[in-house]
Amino acid sequence: MASRYIANTVAEQREMLRTVGASSIEDLLVKIPPKARLSRPLALPPALAEGELVRHMRELAARNADADRYACFQGAGSYDHYVPSPINHLISRGEFFTAYTPYQPEASQGTLRTIYEYQTMIAELTGMDVANASIYDGASSLAEAALMAHSVTERTEIVLARGVNPLYRRVVATYCDGPAIRLRDVPAPQGVLEADGGAKLVGKKTAALVIQSPNFYGCLEDIAAAAEIAHAAGALLIVVADPVNLGVLEAPGRLGADIVVGEGQGLGVPMSFGGPNLGVFAAKNELVRRMPGRLVGATVDRDGQRGFVLTLQTREQHIRRAKATSNICTNVALCALMATIYMATLGKQGLRRVGELSAAKAHYAADQLSKVAGVSLRFSAPFFKEFTLRLPKSPSSVVAKLARKRILPGVPLKTYDRALADCLLVAVTEQRTRDEIDAYVAALAEAVK
Amino acid sequence: MGNVPGDLKYTREHEWAKRDGDRVRVGITDFAQEQLGDVVFVELPKVGAKVVAHQAFGVVESVKAVSDLFAPISGEILETNAELPQKPETVNKDPYGKGWMIVVKPSNPAELEQLLTSQQYEEFVAQGGGH
Amino acid sequence: MSGYDKLVFELSSPGRVGFSLPESDVPGPPVAELLPKKFLRGAAAGLPEVSEFDVVRHYSRLSRMNYGVDTHFYPLGSCTMKYNPKINEDMARVPGFARLHPLTRAEDAQGALRLMLDLAQMLAEIAGMDAVSLQPAAGAQGEFAGVLMIRAYHASRGEKRTKVLIPDSAHGTNPASTAIAGYEVVEVKSLPNGEVDVEALAGAVGPDVAAFMITVPNTLGMFEPRIMEITEICHAKGVQVYMDGANLNAILGITRPGDLGFDVCHFNLHKTFTTPHGGGGPGAGPVGIKAHLEPFLPTPVVVKDGDTYTLDWKRPKSIGKLQAFWGNFGMLVRAYTYIRTMGADGLRSVSDNAVLNANYIMKRLEADYDVSVPGPCMHECVLSARRQKKQGVAATDIAKRLLDLGFYAPSTYFPLIVEEALMIEPTETESKETLDQFCDAMIQIAREAKDNPAIATSAPVTTPVRRLDQTRAAREPNLTWTPRG
Repeated sequence: MASRYIANTVAEQREMLRTVGASSIEDLLVKIPPKARLSRPLALPPALAEGELVRHMRELAARNADADRYACFQGAGSYDHYVPSPINHLISRGEFFTAYTPYQPEASQGTLRTIYEYQTMIAELTGMDVANASIYDGASSLAEAALMAHSVTERTEIVLARGVNPLYRRVVATYCDGPAIRLRDVPAPQGVLEADGGAKLVGKKTAALVIQSPNFYGCLEDIAAAAEIAHAAGALLIVVADPVNLGVLEAPGRLGADIVVGEGQGLGVPMSFGGPNLGVFAAKNELVRRMPGRLVGATVDRDGQRGFVLTLQTREQHIRRAKATSNICTNVALCALMATIYMATLGKQGLRRVGELSAAKAHYAADQLSKVAGVSLRFSAPFFKEFTLRLPKSPSSVVAKLARKRILPGVPLKTYDRALADCLLVAVTEQRTRDEIDAYVAALAEAVK
Repeated sequence: MGNVPGDLKYTREHEWAKRDGDRVRVGITDFAQEQLGDVVFVELPKVGAKVVAHQAFGVVESVKAVSDLFAPISGEILETNAELPQKPETVNKDPYGKGWMIVVKPSNPAELEQLLTSQQYEEFVAQGGGH
Repeated sequence: MSGYDKLVFELSSPGRVGFSLPESDVPGPPVAELLPKKFLRGAAAGLPEVSEFDVVRHYSRLSRMNYGVDTHFYPLGSCTMKYNPKINEDMARVPGFARLHPLTRAEDAQGALRLMLDLAQMLAEIAGMDAVSLQPAAGAQGEFAGVLMIRAYHASRGEKRTKVLIPDSAHGTNPASTAIAGYEVVEVKSLPNGEVDVEALAGAVGPDVAAFMITVPNTLGMFEPRIMEITEICHAKGVQVYMDGANLNAILGITRPGDLGFDVCHFNLHKTFTTPHGGGGPGAGPVGIKAHLEPFLPTPVVVKDGDTYTLDWKRPKSIGKLQAFWGNFGMLVRAYTYIRTMGADGLRSVSDNAVLNANYIMKRLEADYDVSVPGPCMHECVLSARRQKKQGVAATDIAKRLLDLGFYAPSTYFPLIVEEALMIEPTETESKETLDQFCDAMIQIAREAKDNPAIATSAPVTTPVRRLDQTRAAREPNLTWTPRG
């Protein structure tokens, strides 16, 4: 049966074989040793016609509690922020999404210009000098930052505040294994970095101190204080931040960050069960030659016209090979494009509004939820759009009960920290209406009776 | 192959060395800069750093390529060319003059004798030892 | 192509808005009063202020400055620039997939988990492997994961092996990924025809070598004829063998890495399995393994427990994690859609036609260009512009001239072991007419090189910009826009 994705008809194949001088396609496979040849067809399910396939996929999709049908109060690194309508239309233009990496810049000015815009906007939001074109996600971005700090300072330890996302910490540990970089953790019993604890662990062997704000529990951290601790010991400060929040929150660059990383998914990228995401990476100018990832720079062409190219490529694997700053090649350019269009669409005023609405609704929700009998805010530190609730009943059982009411109440923290086994991490974005929040409060009251 | 001044010594990694009393000035050859193309960045060690003969002491980058810089002799770095960070193109324009890279105090002056003469270097490059 | 030259910041007008957000429906003080001042931004971030229509027109115009597979033949070698089916895009956007939060409990994500496990099993079957992890975000991360698993394997057997052997024809991510995993990279020289020097390899494998990493077919588009001998030689010395799966499009349903003796391989879903390239990603780089490496898989692993699908986090010997969550699920949906569309016969037809198309191009061009290795080739062929270079036209000039003739260029200067390399991979989704048009253009360029090299060296002239000053971009990096430009 002919495939709609393959143009060659049997007649055309015959003609081409004649030109090539072969009698069948088998003749072209002659270099493959016979004993290596598959002697049977691949054992795969039979091909589906498009209509059948769609039915099958919709059936699979129907078994998932997605945020269109459920009120989503889950966060922890992936957020239900509203995605303005133009984004999907624009990124679906074939010239954007079917293009390759812009190695031939004359035929890729569209991609190159959008990356340059992206770099500019991220640098502005984070308060840093330069941003790259993206890493895979917030976690791998942080891991790359740790490797970079190690390479720049030639020191062998990374100190992480406990408020750093535990899933990120796992990825950092994986990346740091090869170069034998040691990870050390500063406890956060009050939900935020303890200055004394930090100062004790950060020393001559520390390549970088890593702090996340708002942190995994939702609490805002004192980045300036962390910067002092790090710099006093000659270490770098790496800040993990959610760029969506930076319309309202102070830029980490202005508080002493040397490298800023984070998850950009909230900037118009679908949650999509955790990927693809958008790893944000920004740094100070003096570190630019040690940065991982692609960089787009402005220049001129033969006629003096403005143009854009991939630049400082000698850092990268295709030139530097074993000594490259990173092994990254394909990154997440289309997600960066979603973010670029999002930031352009929301703009100066809109991104601020998203943050204000999210914070306002989160504080209202926290207020109302902690009035439910037996429920309280676990930490007293200031928070932004996410907070940790202590529940009188098992959080997993609460999640199960509220699922029946089409509410996804948050992320139980037991698997991340046994000390917080009675806690639930709740995120509230501008998408959550007052009615949804009130319904959640009522359902929670019911569930913990 | 470019210019190969007769009064200098050379290495197979395309560095030149010029002795001046107990100081040795080092750079890369005209052939090397031609092969590299437009130099965009040079990474040099700090003054006081130690270098070891035939081991890398720095890096020179063009748009499409990176090369390690290898020390012709062992010793201590007395000076580095402060102009190169701002004007890496000097390496292309004047590789034997203003494009010098480091000045070394040799710890073992005998090593200088083991370097190639200009004639030996020319032969080496002509035999395809450059690529 | 358009003559547009604006950046979105240059369209900005204070007070213009492109967004639509509701008023707050909750009581309470404004943020400025909710939080201590030290946490808050002073002035608003300097993002553009443009209308929605400004956004749509601007990015639409920018898109027209790009060549994409949808509009142009895109024969980049080893990138597999095949047609990206639109149904993939529709399926990835189904709300049950696109709007699903990753930390939704397993009971409420059964459709997603089932899709992942089914995809992993289909990829394992395609590659002849025992298990597949879908977590790596791209080929390079797949390589990194594979090398880490090999490392964990040797460690678990109390063996300290410090080196990995990689051919000089390898893609740059191979040595880069290996170095980050903590290994010393030892480059193995290929024979003049691009094949592995098996005798040299036999001499190089020893108790200090952890792995041999190779691309099959190789980066010259040729199947390694002694591949089974190679994997046997490695295994005899306890060396693991890794296959870079970038060129899988050549062998679907024909042979399988697992049957060739490989212990690990990765897949590039954005190459073989039609997930779109996106201008540089997102991709996905699942990694397949033989059973002895199973304990070391990245965490978590999707498993089926009775009738229920869950994430298994109890993986004490796992190499760890590569991404925060479970993989680039949106790309997994697209690849799954493709494999369910093609079936076994469809995938076999993919490789048959990919190989035929590449050989057709090689045959039509062999009179005018040097062929790096005599055919038949697999899904791609590598030509050398050695002859043209002597006439003053380098591979890069040929690439630029092709842009003017309406084609995206093939890969140039890769693999490193071929002088003035042009690596051409047409893929199976291109028609004979397109291949003929491309070959006619290449032949025209060869003739022009003889008569008038200036045509190629001054190309491109029809694109929105002409050749760009890369030196200036590297010497004076300008990486962010400022009001002065």
